[in-house]
Amino acid sequence: MVVPSLKLQDLIEEIRGARTQAQEREVIQKECAHIRASFRDGDPMLRHRQLAKLLYVHMLGYPAHFGQMECLKLIASSRFTDKRVGYLGAMLLLDERHDAHLLITNSIKNDLSQGIQPVQGLALCTLSTMGSAEMCRDLATEVEKLLLQPSPYVRKKAILTAVHMIRKVPELSNIFLPPCAKLLHERHHGILLGTITLITELCERSPEALRHFRKVIPQLAQILQTLVTTGYSTEHSISGVSDPFLQVQILRLLRILGRNHEESSETMNDLLAQVATNTDTSRNAGNAVLFETVLTIMDIRSAAGLRVLAVNILGRFLHNSDRNIRYVALMSLLRLVQSDHSAVQRHRPTVVECLQENDASLSRRALELSLALVNGSNVQAMMQELQAFLKSCPPDLRADCASGILLAAERFAPTKRWHIDTILHVLITAGSHVRDDAVANLTQLTGGQELHAYSVHRLYNALAEDISQQPLVQVAAWCIGEYGDLLLEGNFKETEPLQVEEEEVLALLEKVLQSHMSLPATRGYALTALMKLSTRLCGDNNRIRQVVSIYRSCLDMELQQRAVEYDTLFQKYNHMRAAILEKMPLVDRGGPQVDEEAKESKEAAQLSEAAPVPKESQASQLLDLLDLLDGASGNAQHPPLLDPSPGGALVHLPDLPCPPPPAPIPDLKVFEREGVRLNLSFIRPPENPPLLLIIVTATNSSENDVTHFICQAAVPKSLQLQLQAPSGNTVPARGGLPITQLFRILNPNKATLRLKLRLTYNHFGQLVQEIFEVNNLPVESWQ
Amino acid sequence: MQFMLLFSRQGKLRLQKWYVPLSDKEKKKITRELVQTVLARKPKMCSFLEWRDLKIVYKRYASLYFCCAIEDQDNELITLEIIHRYVELLDKYFGSVCELDIIFNFEKAYFILDEFLLGGEVQETSKKNVLKAIEQADLLQEVRYLFSSLGTSMLS
Repeated sequence: MVVPSLKLQDLIEEIRGARTQAQEREVIQKECAHIRASFRDGDPMLRHRQLAKLLYVHMLGYPAHFGQMECLKLIASSRFTDKRVGYLGAMLLLDERHDAHLLITNSIKNDLSQGIQPVQGLALCTLSTMGSAEMCRDLATEVEKLLLQPSPYVRKKAILTAVHMIRKVPELSNIFLPPCAKLLHERHHGILLGTITLITELCERSPEALRHFRKVIPQLAQILQTLVTTGYSTEHSISGVSDPFLQVQILRLLRILGRNHEESSETMNDLLAQVATNTDTSRNAGNAVLFETVLTIMDIRSAAGLRVLAVNILGRFLHNSDRNIRYVALMSLLRLVQSDHSAVQRHRPTVVECLQENDASLSRRALELSLALVNGSNVQAMMQELQAFLKSCPPDLRADCASGILLAAERFAPTKRWHIDTILHVLITAGSHVRDDAVANLTQLTGGQELHAYSVHRLYNALAEDISQQPLVQVAAWCIGEYGDLLLEGNFKETEPLQVEEEEVLALLEKVLQSHMSLPATRGYALTALMKLSTRLCGDNNRIRQVVSIYRSCLDMELQQRAVEYDTLFQKYNHMRAAILEKMPLVDRGGPQVDEEAKESKEAAQLSEAAPVPKESQASQLLDLLDLLDGASGNAQHPPLLDPSPGGALVHLPDLPCPPPPAPIPDLKVFEREGVRLNLSFIRPPENPPLLLIIVTATNSSENDVTHFICQAAVPKSLQLQLQAPSGNTVPARGGLPITQLFRILNPNKATLRLKLRLTYNHFGQLVQEIFEVNNLPVESWQ
Repeated sequence: MQFMLLFSRQGKLRLQKWYVPLSDKEKKKITRELVQTVLARKPKMCSFLEWRDLKIVYKRYASLYFCCAIEDQDNELITLEIIHRYVELLDKYFGSVCELDIIFNFEKAYFILDEFLLGGEVQETSKKNVLKAIEQADLLQEVRYLFSSLGTSMLS
C-alpha cells in the first residue's frame, strides 16, 4: 500500500514538533528519502507538493540539490500550480554555477511567448533573479518584445528584467535603450518606475547613454512636479507623500544626469528647491524623499543657496527624534565636511550634542564628524567637549577618540603648553587606549618643545599617581630620564614649586620596573631612564648600579641585554657614559620618526660588541656607530663625538652598511692653558647642508680639577647659534671625564664662519677667564 | 538590493531572497554572520549598520526581523519603506499576519515578494495592484490545465 505523502503543512508541523536537533534531522531524513522516491516514480500530480516540502527543508539548511531536475520538470508542466512551485524552486536551488540552470532557458522562452500573463510573470521573475549571462543573451529578444505589450503587468516586469540583463550583459544596452523614451510617457507608476530604473542603469554604464538621456530631464521634472503637487491618492500615497518610491528614483536619476553638468544642474535648481520645501516631513516616507533630494543637491552643480539649504535640512535632521534620520544626517554631513566645510561648521553644536547618543554607531559618526570640524578657531572649545566625551565614551571608541584628539592637538594647538596639557590629559584619561605609535610621536613631541621642565614635572606627578597606563608610563619614564635634572631643580614658573628628591625619582622608576602591570617595553623605558639619570643626578650612582646589575639576570631577553650593556657602561666605559647618555638635541617638529630608545640601545650594543678591541680604536668604533646612525636615521641628530686621546685624529672606518658619509672635517684645537685643552670637532650632516654641529670638548691633564666650567660662544649675525647644555661643569684632574658641549649653527647663506669663545672656570684655586676668536676654522665647516 | 532575509528572534531563517549569485556555502556564511550581528543589536539602536561593504537595513516586526542588504548609493530611508510595504502586503493577504503564517505558507510569502520586487528593484508601488495579482494567480491554481491557445489577458 502506498503511504500517502505528507502535506506541506503537516511536514512543517512535524518538524516543529521535534524536540531536539537530532530528532528534527531524523524526521527530515526520512521525509527526504520519501521525496526522492516520489521524484523517481511517484504521482506527477503531487510533484509540486514534494518540491515545496523540499524547499522548506532547504530553508532549514538541509541539502536539496536532488530537487533541481524536478524544478525543470515542474516548470515544463502545463499546470500553473506546478509552474509556480517549479519556478520558485529554480530561484532557490538553481543558479549560474550549476550547469542545469541553462536547461530552463527553453521553458522560459516558451512561457514568455505563450501569452498567459501570470505565467509570463513567473518566467520574467525567475529570469531577473537567477538569469545568467548566457540565459540573458538567449532571451533578450523575447524580453524586448514584451516591452511593447499592451498589458502593464507584463511590461513592468519586462522592463526590470531588462535591467537585470544589462547588469549581466552590458552589450544588451543597445537593445533596451531605444524603447525608453516612449515608455517614459506611460502613466502607470510601475512602468514609469521600471523605466526610470532602466534609464539609470543605462546612464551609469555608458557616457553616451548619459548624454542621450539628458534631454529627458524636462520630462522627469514634469513627472516629479506632478507627484509633489498632486493631492492625496489612495493608491500610491504613503503618509501624504505621493509615491515616494517613484520620487526617490526620479531624484536619483536627476542626480546622475546633473552630475558634473552645469547646464542640466541649472534646470533642476527650482524643482529641487520645490521638492525640498513642499515635502511633508512628519513621517519617514517624506524624509526619505527629502534625504534623496539633499543627496542630489549636493552631488550636482547646484546653486550655492540650494547647497546651504541642503546642509540646513541635514542640520534639521540632526534634531529629529527618529534616530535613523539622525544617522543618515551624520553620514551625509561627514561626506560633505570637506567640500562644504563652512556650511557644516554652522551645525557644529548639534553635532557635538550627538556625541551623547546611546547608539554606538551614531556616536561613532558624531565623533568622526566632530574631529573633522576642529579648526584653529574652535580647537579649544572642541577639545573640551571631546575630552569630556573621552571620559565617558564606550571602550571601542576610546582609541579613535584619543588618536583624534592628539592629531587635532598637533595640528591646531594654540600654545605649546596647551598642547602638552592636552596630551597629558589624554594619556591620563584614556592612557591604555592610546595607540602604540602615539608613544613614539609623543616622545618626539615633548622632546621638541622647550617646555621640558614643565612637561617633566607634570608627567612625574601623573606617574606618581598611577603607573598602570602603559603609554603614559612610557612617555613619563622617557621624559624623566631625559630631563631628570630639571625635575630636581624644582623651579617651575608655571606650576606650584615642588621639591622632588632624587630618591623619590629613583624609587618611582624602580616601582615601574618592578610592577607586574608594566609591559616589557615599559620596563625597557624605565631601565634606560634610570641609566640616563646616572649622569643627570648629583648623588652617587650606587642605587642605579644595583638595579642595573639585578636585571642582568632578568628572564626577559631585551631587559637582560640592556642591563648587561648598561652595566658594562658603568664598568669598562665609564668615561664615555656621560657622552652617550647626553640629552637628545631638540627634535625638529614634523621630522621623521626617530626612535630614541633604539638608537641608545644600538650605541650600547655596539660598545659591548667592541669590548675586546684595543682602546685606541674605540673612538673609531664610536664613529662607526655614528655613521651607521647617520645613514640609517637620515636625521640630523648626533650624540656628540668623543675624543679620549687628546689631539688624536679620528679614524674613519669605511666598511659600514650605509651610504658613504662626507669626508670628515679635521678637528681643531683652539685653546690650551696649564693642561686644560679645548678641542672642536665639526660635523656637517649631508641631509641638512645649512647645519653645522660643533662639539666642544674640554680636557684636563693637570694635577688639579677644573670646576665651574662655562663656555659661551658668539657668531656673526647672519648665522644662527644654539648652545646645548654641557655634559657637566667639572673636568677632574689627570685626564678625568671631559666636558662636552654641542653647538648647533645654521648657516643657510654659507656666510663665512667666525666663532668667538668665552671661557670661565676655576683652576688651581683661581678664576680663569678667557675670550678669544677661533682662528683657522676649516672652510669645510661653512662652505 | 542584494538580498533580503527574514529570521526569528532565535535566529531561524524564515525567508531568503538573493538577488546576487552566490554559492550555497557563501549564502549560509553570510546568513549566519548577519543574523548574529543583527540579533546582537540593542532595541534602542538605529536600523542601519555597515557590514562588510554593504549597508544593512533591518526592522523588527513582532517576532520577525526583516533584513535587507543594499548598496552604497541606495537610500536607507526608502528601504525602510520597502520593508514596511512588504509587511503591509503580507498583513493584507494573511489578515493580521504573524510569524506562523509565514512559516506555514512560506511559498506564498515568496510569491507576494515577487510581485512587489523584481531583480532587487521595486516593480509596483500600488498595494492594490500587487494584491490583485496574487489573487488572480491563486485563482489560476484552481484551474486544472492552462489553455495555451488563450491569449486574452486575465489581468489588466
